[in-house]
Order: sequence, then C-alpha cells, then structure tokens
Amino acid sequence: MDLVAAIGLQLAYVIANLALISLGLAIIFGMMRVINLAHGEFLMLGGYTVVVATNAGVNIWVAMLILAPLVVGIIGVIVERLLIRWLYGRMVDTLLATWGLSLLLVGLVTSIFGASTATTVAPPLGAIQIGTYSASGYELFLILITIVLLILVWLTLRFTKLGLLARGTMQNAEMASALGVSTSKIYMITFGLGAAVSGLAGGLLAPMTGVLPTIGATYIAKAFITVISGGSAILAGTTAGSILLGGLNGIFSFIVGSTFGEIALLLAAIILLRLMPRGITGRFFRKSL
Amino acid sequence: MNSGMLRQMRPTFFYALLGVIFMFAAPSVLQLFTIINLTTAIALAVLALSLALIWGYGGILCFGQVAFFGLGAYVYTISAINFGGSTWAILMSVLVTSAFAAALGYFIFYGRVSDVYLGVITLTVTLIFFSLIRRTSGPEYKIGNALLGGFNGVSSPPINLPWNPTSFLFPEQVFYVAMAALILCYVFVGWLVNTKFGRVCVAIRENELRAELLGYDTRLYKLGIFTIGAGIAAIGGVLFCNGVGRITPDVFNLYNAALTIIWVIVGGRGTLIGPIGATFALFYLTAALGGQSVLNNNLVLGVILIIFVLLVPKGVAPTIIDWVNARRKKAPTRARRRRGSRAEGSQ
Repeated sequence: MDLVAAIGLQLAYVIANLALISLGLAIIFGMMRVINLAHGEFLMLGGYTVVVATNAGVNIWVAMLILAPLVVGIIGVIVERLLIRWLYGRMVDTLLATWGLSLLLVGLVTSIFGASTATTVAPPLGAIQIGTYSASGYELFLILITIVLLILVWLTLRFTKLGLLARGTMQNAEMASALGVSTSKIYMITFGLGAAVSGLAGGLLAPMTGVLPTIGATYIAKAFITVISGGSAILAGTTAGSILLGGLNGIFSFIVGSTFGEIALLLAAIILLRLMPRGITGRFFRKSL
Repeated sequence: MNSGMLRQMRPTFFYALLGVIFMFAAPSVLQLFTIINLTTAIALAVLALSLALIWGYGGILCFGQVAFFGLGAYVYTISAINFGGSTWAILMSVLVTSAFAAALGYFIFYGRVSDVYLGVITLTVTLIFFSLIRRTSGPEYKIGNALLGGFNGVSSPPINLPWNPTSFLFPEQVFYVAMAALILCYVFVGWLVNTKFGRVCVAIRENELRAELLGYDTRLYKLGIFTIGAGIAAIGGVLFCNGVGRITPDVFNLYNAALTIIWVIVGGRGTLIGPIGATFALFYLTAALGGQSVLNNNLVLGVILIIFVLLVPKGVAPTIIDWVNARRKKAPTRARRRRGSRAEGSQ
C-alpha cells in the first residue's frame, strides 16, 4: 500500500512537472498561434531570478512566487513589443525569430553569469514519510501548486473580463477588433502572462534542477511535445497531454529505466500526432478552454 | 538530360567547376591545419546543402536536419568499428539514416502534420537523440564492439580506400574526398531540382492544395525529398566525423540545430550556392569569435538570426539575384548585349 502511494506520488509529480513547464507555452500558443522557441529561456530566466534574488537576501518564497513571474513577465512584454508583434500571422518567421531570441538570451546570460551553474538554492521543504518510504515535500508542493495554477488560469479565462476578451480574440481576432477590442493590447498581455507563468515555473523548478544558461534545452523538447500533443485548447490540452505523456513516461521509467521513459514519451507523441494531427483537443473536448 | 535542363543547370556547373579548381589548388596553397579545418567546414556545407534542398525547394521546415547528420556520423563510426573498414560503413550510414528519415517522414507527412508542427517534431527528435546518447556512458551501452561513450562520444576510424581497410587516408586526402563529395552532392541536388520530381516538389512548396488537385500525391513527393535530404545529411555526417576524428552527442544540441537553419536563412531559401557560401562564411566568423571573449557565440548568432528574419527574410543570394535582375531591367539593351539571351537559372 505504501509502495503504491509512493509510486502514485512519483507519477503525479512527473505529470505535474510536465504541466508546469508546458503551461506558459500553451497559453502563448493557444491564444496567439505563436510557437515560442524561447520558452526554455523564459524558464531559465525565472530560475536565475530566484538564484540572484535569494543570494541578495530575499526570502525564497517571495523570490519564487512573486519576483520570478514578475521579472520574466516584464521581459515577455518587452519581447512582444520589440519582436513578436511585427510577425503576427507569419508563423514560420515567428518561430525563427523566437529561436534567434533564444540564442540571444543564452548568450546574454552566459556573458553575465558565466557558463557554469550559478549558486544553487536548496529546496525549502524537507522530506515526508509515507509508511516506510520517504518522498520529497517539495515535490508534493509542486504538484499542489501546479493544480492551483491550472485552476487560476481557468478562473481567469472563464470569469474575468480579460478572460472574455482573450477568448473572443482567440476565436476571431478580426471580429473582436471590429467590436472595439484592442487585439494588439490583448496579445501583449497574453504574451506577458504566458512569459510570467513560464518564469514562475522556472523559478519553482530552480531548487530541483539548479540553473544553467543552457538549461532551457532540457525543458523545451518536453514542453513542445506536450503542447503539440495536447492541441490548441490551453487548459484541457495541457492537462490531457501531460497526463498521457507524463503517465507513459513515469510508467516506462519505473519499469525499464528513465532513458527509455523519454523514448516512450517521444514515440507516443509521434504516434499520437499520426492519429490526431491536431492534438488531443483537436479531436476530443473541442469546446473546452 | 535534355538541352533545356543543361541550360538550366549552367550556373550549377559553373560553381562546380570553381569547386574543382579550389579542390586541386587549395592543398598546394594552404597549410595542413587550414586544410583540416576546411574539411570540417565542407562537411557542414553538405549539411547546409541538404537543408537547402528540403526547405528551400521542398518547403519542408525541418529543424532537425542535424539529427540525420549526427545519426549518419554515429552509424558510420559504429559500423566502421564493427566491420573494420569504411566502405560498407559509409553505405550503411546513408541507408540507415534514410530509412530512419523515411519512417519519421511517414508519420509526419501521412499524418499531414503542417509546417510549424513539423519543425517542432523534428527538433524534438533531435533533442531526444541528444539526451539519449549523452546517457550512454556505461560499458553496458555498446553496439557490437563499439562503446557509445556517452558524453565523450566515440572516436571515428578514418575513411580507407574501397575494400582495403589497411590503407586509410591521411587528413589532406580526406580533404579531397570531402570536397569531391560536396561537389558531387551539389551537382546531384542541382540536377534533382531540375527534374520532373524536383519541379513537382517546388510546385508543392508553392501551393500544396493546387498540386494535389492536379493529381500529385503530395505526401509521397514530400516523403521522397525528405528522405533524399536525410541521405545527403548523412554523407555530411560521415565527412564531419572524419574531419574532427570523433563524434559526440553535442552534434545534436540546440545550438547546432539552430546553426543549420541560420546557414540556409542567411544564404537564402530557393538557392543552393547561397547556403553553402553562408556555411563557410559563418564557420570562419564563429572561429574568429571563438578567439575572443567579449561577445558570446550564441549572442552573435541570435542577433544574426533575428536581423535576417526581420530585415532580410529572403537571404543574401536571392537578394543579390533580385538586385542584379532589377538593374538588368533598368538597362535592358546594355544588359542584353552583354549577357546574351541567357535563361535565368535556378542559381
């Protein structure tokens, strides 16, 4: 029984981890049809924000939950104004430009902080006991915060004025604009919010993984595969993609080792896209958010 | 090959001839160190050529061309170690890589995965290779006699004369092989894009729906050009691990994947000589940047990529061609007298 609980927790963590790193990308992709290749670097910047802030004496919770999303969100707005807004509707060019941005950010951070790991932050919560097994309390916290984050995004989209305008713009940007919605402003806010969520995720993961200028590359493949498999619905897509791929990854990692867990994730995603080219939410839960 | 096609390919032959002259002149002019470096650059140029074919002519935005390049290099190295000679290893490398590309392409094209998704999937495949091979450092990870070596990679046996494993080539001889391979691949691709197959691929790039309504199975054509491109990338990979002497998982990293895209963007989509030229130019630019520590390589490449996407989206070679054509139109009589009524080639 304890073993089942421990494995269940581990599985939940793999899924939550996937959802956490994908959510920011999914928001930007779902709303604006922009695939942000600098997503990994937004996560990386969130991590660096936490490390720099805690080294400067800021409380780690403040650094993770407030500073990281704030800083990266502002960077996101600046990027949208300077770079992305010239390229709306040109999907391939946006992809290439954000790739350029990704290299630029890696280069910039390497020049400032050096190529190796900056001082790491210790996970702020200790271990917890499940019978004879011990699990990391911080992992449990990450699972909870991912659920809270998903609910918050859902509430924002469903019940606020901003959410209504954003959903309208998502459905038909021209019509929304004809009805007096400043779509350009909506895009700017969405991109900023997506970046902020990425920054939050990067900050939260920093104690688990440490930070490196090139750490974005380790997240980016998984995040993309999750979002693309999930399809264009922001929440349902991310959740369905994470549960399916994260579940497979976790199960295969447990049975045959973590290397094969990642192969299983990739193969599942490729076969899934052969069957459902528009992702899970392109076929099921179409009306969902 | 009819006379029309020969006329179309005239610029291709011109550049190929320049390449041949360079191939025989370079070793007597340049130092051995430069020649060895040049071999690596040539291998990368073959990679750029393969992407120029499938992206520039096939319209397939493949972000993971380095996956085929690296896979080709790994298959060559592992089979050369196991077979004890390079002849079958080269063949094996091209075949296995093409087969892998065909299998991947089947899922992509027959699933009708569109441009941007395609880019992301191929990039993901590349990154999975990267993280996978990095973890193979233990003695249990081996194929035949070849240890995969994880992060440190495998050292590659040099190319030998066909069916004569003891007479392997020296670095300056590998240069000849590499240059000859580049020229042959270039002429082959230049020919391919002028065949009916190549023209249908260009038609699909321009308007997939219309090509399909005309009765072409666009999925099959895309799969074909994708597989051929992967085979050429594998040849580049074989040359690369010969030039460097070993192959490490780093070929699969994000930086190299981006670099390949940058060569083709800077050189220009829809040309072949542009990306090849851009490869050499950026190879020496990054080499020069490596010697100083103020500007980071990533930073410079990122800026180059952003500038080209925003300001020169066509790339250098097509911009020059457009400029020349515009000038020719301005002074039609003079130009006609000078250049004859030569048809505009693809180059």
